[in-house]
Amino acid sequence: MSQQPRIVFEAIEASRSFDVSKGPLQRVLSGEGRRILRAVDSVSFGISHASTLSLVGESGCGKSTMARLAVGLYRPTGGEVRFEGQNLSAARAQPALRRKMNMIFQDPYASLNPRWRVRDIVAEPIRAFKLLQGPKDINDRVGQLLTQVGLSAKDGEKFPHEFSGGQRQRISIARALSSEPEFLVCDEPTSALDVSVQAQILNLMRDLQNRYGLTYLFISHNLAVVRHMSDRLGVMYLGRIVEQGPAEAIFRTPRHPYTRLLLEAIPDISSVGRRRTPVGGEVPSPIAPPPGCTFHPRCSLANERCRTEKPEHTRNDDVLVACHAVQEGRAV
Amino acid sequence: MLRRFLDSDFAYAFRRSPVAVISTLVVVVVVLAALLAPYLAPHNPFDLASLDLMDSLKPPVFSADGDSAFPLGTDDQGRDVLSTIMYGTRISLEVAVLAIGFSLVVGISIGLLAGYAGGAVDAVLMRIVDVQLTFPAILIALLVDGVVRALLPREMQEALEIDVIVFAIGISRWPQFARTVRGSTLIERGRDYVMAARVIGISSARIMISHILPNVLGPVLVIATLNLGLAILDEATLSFLGVGLPPTEPSLGTLIRIGNNFLFSGEWWITIFPGLTLAAMVLSINLLGDWLRDALNPRLR
Amino acid sequence: MALLDVIDLVVEFPTRRGTLRALDGISFSIEPGEILGVVGESGAGKSLTGSAIIGLLEPPGRVASGQIQFEGSRIDRLSPAQMRPIRGRQIGAIFQDPLTTLDPLMSVGRQLVETMQTHLKLSDRDARARAVQWLEEVGIPAAAERVEAYPHQFSGGMRQRVVIALALCAEPKLVIADEPTTALDVSIQSQIISLLKRLTESHGTSVMLVTHDMGVIAETCDRVAVMYAGRIAEIGPVADVVRTPSHPYTEGLMGSIPSLEARVERLRQIDGAMPRLGAIPQGCAFNPRCGRTIARCFTHRPDLMPAGATQAACWLVGGGAA
Ligand SMILES: Nc1ncnc2c1ncn2[C@@H]1O[C@H](COP(=O)(O)OP(=O)(O)OP(=O)(O)O)[C@@H](O)[C@H]1O
Ligand SMILES: Nc1ncnc2c1ncn2[C@@H]1O[C@H](COP(=O)(O)OP(=O)(O)O)[C@@H](O)[C@H]1O
Ligand code: SF4
Ligand code: SF4
Ligand SMILES: [Mg+2]
Ligand SMILES: [Mg+2]
Repeated sequence: MSQQPRIVFEAIEASRSFDVSKGPLQRVLSGEGRRILRAVDSVSFGISHASTLSLVGESGCGKSTMARLAVGLYRPTGGEVRFEGQNLSAARAQPALRRKMNMIFQDPYASLNPRWRVRDIVAEPIRAFKLLQGPKDINDRVGQLLTQVGLSAKDGEKFPHEFSGGQRQRISIARALSSEPEFLVCDEPTSALDVSVQAQILNLMRDLQNRYGLTYLFISHNLAVVRHMSDRLGVMYLGRIVEQGPAEAIFRTPRHPYTRLLLEAIPDISSVGRRRTPVGGEVPSPIAPPPGCTFHPRCSLANERCRTEKPEHTRNDDVLVACHAVQEGRAV
Repeated sequence: MLRRFLDSDFAYAFRRSPVAVISTLVVVVVVLAALLAPYLAPHNPFDLASLDLMDSLKPPVFSADGDSAFPLGTDDQGRDVLSTIMYGTRISLEVAVLAIGFSLVVGISIGLLAGYAGGAVDAVLMRIVDVQLTFPAILIALLVDGVVRALLPREMQEALEIDVIVFAIGISRWPQFARTVRGSTLIERGRDYVMAARVIGISSARIMISHILPNVLGPVLVIATLNLGLAILDEATLSFLGVGLPPTEPSLGTLIRIGNNFLFSGEWWITIFPGLTLAAMVLSINLLGDWLRDALNPRLR
Repeated sequence: MALLDVIDLVVEFPTRRGTLRALDGISFSIEPGEILGVVGESGAGKSLTGSAIIGLLEPPGRVASGQIQFEGSRIDRLSPAQMRPIRGRQIGAIFQDPLTTLDPLMSVGRQLVETMQTHLKLSDRDARARAVQWLEEVGIPAAAERVEAYPHQFSGGMRQRVVIALALCAEPKLVIADEPTTALDVSIQSQIISLLKRLTESHGTSVMLVTHDMGVIAETCDRVAVMYAGRIAEIGPVADVVRTPSHPYTEGLMGSIPSLEARVERLRQIDGAMPRLGAIPQGCAFNPRCGRTIARCFTHRPDLMPAGATQAACWLVGGGAA
């Protein structure tokens, strides 16, 4: 354990904005200016080899945008995303590196082309990267991949609609594995599944990680799932990471008020008959986020400074927290 | 494979719909009669040697002085009306199918490109579509037909007769296809299976052709069926107006135009029978298209 | 007397490939003021149970046998016209997607007023005042100004609050809530659940809460029914079902849920998948996935039998193994 583990993936102050302005004519007519939505705002983190970093947060906080930045579906509008020590676009220009990253999606119904046979779906990366030649070899490999994710080789003949949600997610995983990746971005891979199926998929992902030393960027809104899966954790709110560090440390002592709110809000089976004081407020629009700390309208610890000044990350043990109250020692 | 199909919900819905069954029957009969005209037709109306002016203007067989050799009567040159209809349908169908095929290729390519590329490409292409859609298709076809004819050297006009009309009708009908395909493409390109292909670096052209195209084809083929009927009518209209196919290569439209001259002198069969054939064929194709659209629309089921 | 009694309910869908039995002998009851949770995988029959009770089964679905009794009288054989005054007035409904319940062209105030006036004798003024009261009660800020607002002017969470107000404003005795929070974010979800719980408690309303979130059930319900393949696998007080389940399926289900409290290396997993309708095995429907089968599991279908504090449909409980 003396050697520092290799950093596979890194985001450095990565940002991604979208122009959500109306058309030029409508803008003139309504007298509105340009409207910029900062979906991901100066996000920094690194993921070391064979570990899992999870991003958690509520709908619209920028999780999927970050996932797409991580695999190059979006280009950052600020900052940098790096893979294996290289800038992502440089890395993706090399097939040998591009094949080392792949993605698993949330919606098992939309992520497989309904007109393709499963064997062609799974073989697509193999063909794209010319990993194998000849239909026989490719077919054998597809059969092997399908068996590995708990399906059978002859399922390759079928079409996606012949499978249940959980089985489709297995097909997705087989496709992602077929390029022999090192780094998998998983955007809510179990959110659309029943809990019992979710357990099967999470176990499978864990097994594959142990077997192949996979590195995961794992995205979810479910804190219990995240706790189960992650080594490190980042909590996102309105495009920023408000708290990040080792998952165990954050679950043991959540510091940021939003992290605490999330943990408080989650119904858990271990809390039969729990009486809770529900948290108020809703996530504000990311187009016009509140000034200062974007969480202040919902935060019970907010003060004048929070309303005007953006909190910087401060380090406590191994945990980074962006909160004035934590920094000032007001949060207990 | 066939058994699977016969057992499918689609086949079941088909069998349960009298409209679909009857229109298919009509279409199949008409198409077969047209395709097999050289073998089935009692006479060859293009074989000038076999024509006999003595046979001209005979009424259909069921009238008092009908001749059983000419079931639907003859025209002024003694051509068998039934045979001219069979050959004419063949030409009409050929023109319509080629025109819609051409239209589909243009429309689908442009629709895919506009939908997938988005941005300025999309804006420009779709404005063109909008502008063209404000004119009736037949007007565009007339216009294109006129312009192309004017541009072509005289000696080529004869040889390219059919190509010109196919081009004119084809050009007049692509915008609908482009618009439909673009709409479906916009939806499909945001789907995760397209993202999955982009993540591994599949090129845009490949994604459009092998991923998106198969998924946007359904609705556009339904519209194509409906448009096939309209294209037959377009051709008939152009021919009827005299700018389509010449009497030496008579389509249904040409036959109706020629026959029209005899309508008032009492030789109604020369125009009515081609007219009925045209109506039956176009109606059946449209009913079939309508049925297809409903049957393939999951929301209506 | 129980408020709602469902007795041996069978719901079938006639199709051209034979009749599919989607609910196969469901029996349970709901007491006045009680919250009954219903959990199960998608397709287990949770929603159908709810629709059958409020008489909104989508054709060709039909109640093939069994009874649904509300306050002692059967409601499963009523005509749509007879059912209409009961739905809303006696039994309210909340669905997953608030947009399908709300009329987009009518202000929320108007919708509340109309619902109340359909079922309660109220003057326009009183109804209006009550509408504002209800919006306040479900936590819409500045309710008096927002009665005139239209559904699209509200966020998802707010809309679901309005839906709750609509379901409760005619003061029904029972509310069927089908996945009322599934479409919402966790922090909003907990607000809505607390709201539902507080309001039904203060009005003495019974609730049938359908969800696939065991955490929500654990915190909210008095009793819970676990459904599997169109039947109830286990039913009983929440604490017992969650902590000491008797049915092997319930046990597997509880083990497969990751918990915030403790991290385990591997989640317990039930292999395989719930059978499709029409492919339900003979005997116990769970037998292909069950690790504790006995011969009888493959031949005879178990009914609910007492198992400690709960009731479970398994031959291993209630002396069936003997
Ligand atoms: N292509 C785009 N154009 C404009 N806005 C976008 C685009 N993609 C995302 N956004 C906006 O960016 C914000 C973050 O979106 P993102 O999809 O990353 O959220 P998320 O955290 O994944 O949410 P969810 O849990 O719902 O999946 C949202 O407000 C979203 O509306
Ligand atoms: N209109 C319908 N036609 C045929 N089968 C149906 C219909 N509606 C529901 N079902 C079937 O009934 C079963 C139970 O459905 P449902 O009650 O919606 O499940 P859930 O537990 O997810 O709410 C499922 O297998 C479903 O496919
Ligand atoms: S910075 Fe202020 S408003 Fe933001 S979380 Fe900390 S205490 Fe709350
Ligand atoms: S009856 Fe048999 S198969 Fe069914 S749950 Fe009990 S032990 Fe398992
Ligand atoms: Mg997302
Ligand atoms: Mg349901």
